[in-house]
Amino acid sequence: MKRTPLFSAHVEAGARMVPFGGWEMPVQYRGIIEEHRTVRAAVGCFDVSHMGEFEVEGPGALAILQRLTTNDVAALEIGQVQYSLLCHADGGIVDDLTLYRLAQDRYLMVVNAGNIDKDWTHVTTAVPADGARWVNASERTGLIAVQGPKAEALVGRLADQDVTRIGYYRFAQGKVANVATLISRTGYTGEDGFELYVAAGDTERLWRALLEAGRADGVAPIGLGARDTLRLEMRYALYGNDIDDTTNPLEAGLGWVVKPAKGDFLGRAAVEAVRAKGPARKLVGIEMADRSVARHGYPMVKDGAPIGIVTSGTFGPSVERSIALAYVGAAHGAVGTELGVEIRGQAKAARVVKTPFHPSRVKKG
Amino acid sequence: MSKVPADLRYTREHEWAKQEGGRVRVGITSFAQEQLGDVVFVELPKTGAKVAAHKPFGVVESVKAVSDLFAPVSGEVVEANAELGQKPETVNADPYGQGWMLVIQPSAAKEWNDLLTAAQYEEFLAQGAH
Repeated sequence: MKRTPLFSAHVEAGARMVPFGGWEMPVQYRGIIEEHRTVRAAVGCFDVSHMGEFEVEGPGALAILQRLTTNDVAALEIGQVQYSLLCHADGGIVDDLTLYRLAQDRYLMVVNAGNIDKDWTHVTTAVPADGARWVNASERTGLIAVQGPKAEALVGRLADQDVTRIGYYRFAQGKVANVATLISRTGYTGEDGFELYVAAGDTERLWRALLEAGRADGVAPIGLGARDTLRLEMRYALYGNDIDDTTNPLEAGLGWVVKPAKGDFLGRAAVEAVRAKGPARKLVGIEMADRSVARHGYPMVKDGAPIGIVTSGTFGPSVERSIALAYVGAAHGAVGTELGVEIRGQAKAARVVKTPFHPSRVKKG
Repeated sequence: MSKVPADLRYTREHEWAKQEGGRVRVGITSFAQEQLGDVVFVELPKTGAKVAAHKPFGVVESVKAVSDLFAPVSGEVVEANAELGQKPETVNADPYGQGWMLVIQPSAAKEWNDLLTAAQYEEFLAQGAH
């Protein structure tokens, strides 16, 4: 089991450590609901150092990334971040990722922790690395997410620059708490905030500085449990739950990051074939009538017949309801459709609702 | 170490049982609620339902997990804690008090003696059994 540079800081803080994608990670410190509310109301710090970071550099980097990813990398400016996907030729999703354009011919790809090995093989073999060199920087990179309405004030207090000038899905290079940091205005919570990329050896220094400097803001360390409830209220997909090698981007509602007009890429023909016919199923937001929790793998039913499957579910602390994401047959995906979730042999009442479940407060524009 | 009140009896599935004038009040232990984390839903049988010792009578859901609830003794449910429908978090806040779940009219008095004493339950926890 792998450990992040913050392992001992988590243990010291009384975190409950659990296995996650091959890593020993904090699931909670004081309680998932309390941590969730801290992020919505104030600011929280997440250790996401387990995420993978690949760099690709060289005159061929743009062409390679255009072939590998679904979004249009040519539209990405230096200092900008793009959400995107890696697909197999059959349209199945290898991983979802964020792509940073660091310089003219230099990019940073950030991938899910549990997929690092699979993705590394994919990016370095699925498309020939002509005119560019890949570097797996995962081991030497630490990552702290600072999220919540007070995140800008907290990071701003420690930064060597005016972070209010960094727009959503933009980044800057600088120092935070005197640590060299890539300051990215991104996140996975629906709140304003930053993701701070640092050298592995500097991670603990930055972590302690953030928790110290944010004391008056009510800052707290936040575990993976609340990270999941926060992202689910925003309908952000979780790889391995909502999307995987067998799901295509269109049925997952990720067609907005698939840009066939840019030219050919892995999975393009398969995804366009799905687009032409319309996806057979759709990932939709589900709200339960009572507080029972629809969990990953539970069947979706309509009039006793199976019509789909739950991919993620939880009690949403901000929406104060049990919510879920589920794939359902396209005919059953309209908002307002009454469906059932089979929980312990019983069809529990649920309906399709609009997403996000909770309004996004990211800093747009 | 979690609180283990001396005047209660316990199951290996982490329920507590309390004698109340011939009836048995049931809940989950402080250790159980800590392990579960934030409780968000409790599903209990209706008044009049029959429960059997060491068989599931309901479920408790936390944000991360779902667990069966096991009856310490057999009998008929004479009361179920309706408050938990609206405030399931009471199970975390007060597991031995307001967070109780059922009152059972026992049908087999000798089952009581099969339950763990506080000292035995503490020893069971100390062995690291979950």
